[in-house]
Amino acid sequence: MGKAVSGIAAALVVAGLLTACGGGGGSGAAGTGDPEGVDDGATLTMWTRAATGPQSEALVEAYNATHENTIELTVVPTDDYQAKVGAAAGSGELPDLFASDVVFVPNYTSSGLYADLTERIEALPYADDLAGSHLDAGTWEGARYVVPHTLDLSVLFYNRELYRQAGLDPDRPPTTLAEWDEQARAVDALGGDVDGTFFGGNCGGCGVFTWWPSIWAAGAEVMNEDGTEADLDSDVARRVYDTYRGWAADDIAAAGARDETGTTWTGVFPEGRIGVMPMPSTTLGLMPDDLDFGVAPIPGPDGGASTFVGGDAIGVAATSDSPDQAWHFLRWSLGDEAQLDVVAAGGDVVARTDLAANEHSAADPRMVTINELVAEGRTPYSLRFGQTFNDPNGPWLALMRDAVFGDGGSLESDNQAVSDSLSD
Amino acid sequence: MRRATEVTVSGVRARAPWWRSRAAQGVAYAAPTAVFVAVFFVLPLLLVGRMSASEWPLLAGDRGLNLPDNYTDVADNQLFWPAVRFTLLYTAIVTVALLGLALLLALLVQEARPGVGFLRTAYFLPSVLGLASASLLFWGLYSPSIGPIGPLLERLGLVDGPVSFLGGSDSALASTVFLVVWKFAGFYMLILLVGLQRIPAEVYEAARIDGAGRGQIFRSVTLPLLRPSLALTLILCVTGSLLAFDQFFILTKGGPDNSTVTVVQLVYREAFQRLDLGTAAALSMLVLVVLLVLNALQFRGLRRPDEM
Repeated sequence: MGKAVSGIAAALVVAGLLTACGGGGGSGAAGTGDPEGVDDGATLTMWTRAATGPQSEALVEAYNATHENTIELTVVPTDDYQAKVGAAAGSGELPDLFASDVVFVPNYTSSGLYADLTERIEALPYADDLAGSHLDAGTWEGARYVVPHTLDLSVLFYNRELYRQAGLDPDRPPTTLAEWDEQARAVDALGGDVDGTFFGGNCGGCGVFTWWPSIWAAGAEVMNEDGTEADLDSDVARRVYDTYRGWAADDIAAAGARDETGTTWTGVFPEGRIGVMPMPSTTLGLMPDDLDFGVAPIPGPDGGASTFVGGDAIGVAATSDSPDQAWHFLRWSLGDEAQLDVVAAGGDVVARTDLAANEHSAADPRMVTINELVAEGRTPYSLRFGQTFNDPNGPWLALMRDAVFGDGGSLESDNQAVSDSLSD
Repeated sequence: MRRATEVTVSGVRARAPWWRSRAAQGVAYAAPTAVFVAVFFVLPLLLVGRMSASEWPLLAGDRGLNLPDNYTDVADNQLFWPAVRFTLLYTAIVTVALLGLALLLALLVQEARPGVGFLRTAYFLPSVLGLASASLLFWGLYSPSIGPIGPLLERLGLVDGPVSFLGGSDSALASTVFLVVWKFAGFYMLILLVGLQRIPAEVYEAARIDGAGRGQIFRSVTLPLLRPSLALTLILCVTGSLLAFDQFFILTKGGPDNSTVTVVQLVYREAFQRLDLGTAAALSMLVLVVLLVLNALQFRGLRRPDEM
């Protein structure tokens, strides 16, 4: 009862504040434009996808424990997330806050699903330190709509214990694709149920995330700047495909690589029977305690290093009734407290470059490796990203599978099919 | 009443008020169903029809008519004809395998013998599982990394090396057919069992007295009298298979290499991967027309003159 009364009182106070502000926010969904946001005990709904669910859950839990507002988080299976957002957008039932795989953000901003956050983002004291590739992805016609939520980088994970057994130096992960190949084969030679590497061979998103860094590391491109034309049959790309083809042909990759649709591809390494494979950095904090593993940048054919700066960006739905409260959560989630005590402490990549070196990362050299990669990483941009690269029946997966499991003879026409889809 | 009396007095032939006429009562009885059909079938159908004639991106909504672009898009889709071919192939295989097995099971458990109750329950049990849950279960069983079936076959010496249940186009189809047969055989068995038990014992008795053998009885008595039940299962099975989606969505996602893409998966892909509701609606309309024609043909073909 007392709580209800204080809640009403708080609401009245807020209502007063709103009136005082004179509704300067303009269009409804943008709210008051108050840069602080509002913490008045509102209940907010939020969606995120399963791939980055644990990170969102940690943030929401910490926020709910220390604030009046309550966020109800729904974690949606990754493969169904686009469909769910699309269907909800059509019927005007989007939650107050929704995260999105950063590569799909342009679809949502261009369709007006997010509320304009430009002024609020620029008012943040650390606005210039927010992960740039995420902000860029969320900029549409000059306005900013999203902030980084979880950063997910592709990096090599290698099993130090298996490296020792195979006579490899556990402190010297591969620095070129050729070394990676040698080391994977050396571990695979241990026999038994140990395999050299693993990859999602029937998963377009996995290919984008883990193969492209090898191409970027060599200074090559995968698409033109507008994301309307593919360059996936270059010599560099062919060398990358050929390495993977060797792993598939010689059974260096664990059983199931060819069929792996992306549902379980990160579940294999933690079992401790894979030598070296590229994986999302978000899995770092989820590894079993007794697994002795290291991380390294994904190398190109002749060296270099790059990464795919993926993960989720998050914005306030244009249809939200509580944009001020929603912004309060977003602002808090980017603050020092949340970034250090929740994100960094959980072994994840911080969303702000000024916090890249922090007490938690200092304690774990693997974290330093990953944080340093953010600067070298890329986030590809295309308005047709999902239908071209993530669609299990799309043209990129056909290219991947032809290049690695097929005879690779149709790479040129496959690349053209990807271009056609991009410029559709 | 009063009005009726007045009418009589005035010399005009007695007539009940309009709301008591037979026709009006009929309309009143039919109204609830009609409203239901209108709201949940006709209206959505009109909406889909409208969508199929409009540019209608999933995220942006209606952008006005563009007939016939969506329909030409469907025809231009490279996956369309392979999907049609695959869906028909799948339907044919599933229908033959499923109805054959269901009939066999029904004949097995038709008579009351010791243990028959257990068998009926055992055969029917998979039907209580949702198709999506069953697909997930089999996805786990088939999985090369966690599935138990592959290693089991290996240990028994039936195969060399790991089995890839979903890795090849033929094996993926066979694995899915196996799942669907496992899941639905009990259900169709039940329908056929009811049909079998409706055949009077006297007919069999008469046939036996006339000296008919087992095969003859099956061909000339059981099958013809089972015709309504067979027709029902056939229609259910064909319609269900043509609309196959869940099992492929979960088990194969249309792969490997687009070899198991069904027509409904294309609808889903247009709507939620390519974010184009217009083309998805056009495809749905085509599927609807095909199903209507097919069901009409089946009804005609299986209807007997005396059952009009």
